Amino acid sequence: MHEAAHIEVRDLTMAYGEFVIQRDLNFVVSKGDIFVIMGGSGCGKTTVMRAMIGLQRPAKGAVFYGGEDFWSVEHEEQERLKRRLGIMFQGGALWSSMTLGENIALPLKEYTALSSRQRAEIVSFKLALVGLAGFEEFYPSELSGGMKKRAGLARAMALDPDILVIDEPSSGLDPPTARRLDDLILELRDSLETTIVVISHDLASILAIGTNSIFLDAETHTMINTGKPKEAVASGDPKVRHFLTRGAE
Amino acid sequence: MVRNSNERQWQLDTRRIGDDLLEVSCGGRWRQDQDLPAAGVILPELGDGLRLSFNTAQLSAWDTGFLAFLRALFALCAERGVSIDQEGLPKGVRHLLAMAAAVPEQKAARRSSTQQSMLFQVGAATVAFFRGAPEMLRFLGEITLSFGRLFRGRARFRLSDLWWEIEEVGPRALGIVSVISFLVGLILAYLGADQLRLVGAQIFIADLVAIGMVREVGALMTGIIIAGRTGAAFAAQLGTMQVNEEIDAFKTLGVSPVDFLVLPRMLALMLMVPLLTLYAGFVGMLAGLLVSATIFDIGMFEYYIETLRALELKHFLVGLSKGSVYGAMVAYAGCLRGMQCGRSAESVGEAATSAVVTGILLITISASLMTIIFYRLGI
Repeated sequence: MHEAAHIEVRDLTMAYGEFVIQRDLNFVVSKGDIFVIMGGSGCGKTTVMRAMIGLQRPAKGAVFYGGEDFWSVEHEEQERLKRRLGIMFQGGALWSSMTLGENIALPLKEYTALSSRQRAEIVSFKLALVGLAGFEEFYPSELSGGMKKRAGLARAMALDPDILVIDEPSSGLDPPTARRLDDLILELRDSLETTIVVISHDLASILAIGTNSIFLDAETHTMINTGKPKEAVASGDPKVRHFLTRGAE
Repeated sequence: MVRNSNERQWQLDTRRIGDDLLEVSCGGRWRQDQDLPAAGVILPELGDGLRLSFNTAQLSAWDTGFLAFLRALFALCAERGVSIDQEGLPKGVRHLLAMAAAVPEQKAARRSSTQQSMLFQVGAATVAFFRGAPEMLRFLGEITLSFGRLFRGRARFRLSDLWWEIEEVGPRALGIVSVISFLVGLILAYLGADQLRLVGAQIFIADLVAIGMVREVGALMTGIIIAGRTGAAFAAQLGTMQVNEEIDAFKTLGVSPVDFLVLPRMLALMLMVPLLTLYAGFVGMLAGLLVSATIFDIGMFEYYIETLRALELKHFLVGLSKGSVYGAMVAYAGCLRGMQCGRSAESVGEAATSAVVTGILLITISASLMTIIFYRLGI
């Protein structure tokens, strides 16, 4: 186990039947990292994320949270580990039968003993943080894609998790809102010491917030680069350079 | 004034400094895994023209619980004209509070969540029903126009879709239609035997089962089965397409979604339900034959001859016409509710439920009307 590791992925292989999506992935996410999983469309970023958050059993390999292998421990232990995570799904994944306020309040209701007054204050604050102050009584079907996404982030942050996993945070958002979201991610890391894993192919965002990264390749089905995103621009691998320079090289 | 909670680990203290400054000291743990104080506890000490400052030197841990407390306190201060000096707050707290305040609340967005009275809900449901009636007629008109285009050879849909729908609603429904029809035939035979035994006319079980199944019950049961099985599926399919904006995509391409999606479904059910009705009639008669022969000692050949004597062509035609109408009703209800579906997963469920209810209601109404019409016509 790596000394400073908050999450360690070891020899991870993801596959659908015989079809291998990604294989032999090894990386470490340290506490306080903003760790970016990047790569082109269809390379398997989200599939790797699903193994990390306990939604899809890997074909091979392990995912360690603070030394505990998620896929080897008992179900109850898995549930406890999951509560350390806050997940923002690509489309928000809000529960359509609940208002935004109810969506965010549900984890608070399930896992804390807060009074309804406190829950309401926290819900209001989380919505304000993502620029949706006053939208507590709205249903997801009444929101735009970008608003759903931001509400999804508010729900992911509800319990102030140790680790926040965010799938494509800025896709579908206007540039100022995307920038605001980046600032929020940085602030969460700095103020609440949240470790953040971001799945993204938004270059501006990757370079602005990423402290560490891996690059997944769709052709070789494995990672071909690790390190700081800004340094990856000068990577020896032409595929990584091609991606990070938007095909200019 | 000092407020704290040893078991909860937070401390809150206020101290007047001079005439116009109130220092709020927050110490210990302010995390949302415990009950935290309401901002209102400081309310009595807030007065107009006062300034509020913070001392967080003793603050050991904080999270959103602390931020939510401060935000509520700031709102109270704004109401009372109290100015705030945030210097004493940790840097991260100041930053996050600033971020939460960066996008002002859209007051117009705020809604009340008050429960409407029962009378209001009944009134709203009645108004919604009468507003829905023109929508049903409009959809019926669109389908009629679509059939008009079909007969002129101008309707645009894929034949493969029609074949797929035919297979889905016809052969794949045989299993459930067989089971239900057999059991209904069995019930009819027992019911008839019980009554006819009183007058020693048990042989007429054959008449009762044959005419009942072919003319009325076969079509009715098939219609209800198809409403539950296929009508709900149509509504769910089209509803999901609404959610995914697939129907909007058809419209923007200039392709009529009624031609492309509704017409094949209507045709499939109008063709298949009469055939399923015939099939249901035969299965029901087979059940009657088995019950009569094994339980009531009526000879199989005898039963067969009596069935042939009882059945006339008009009974088959009545059964077939009812099957066609029920098929059209189920397809109409399923497609209507699917096309009316909202944009959420929940509305897909509502569309499917509504399709079944509407389908069965339309079947019952049309069954009653046709029974009266056929009676008047002497058929």
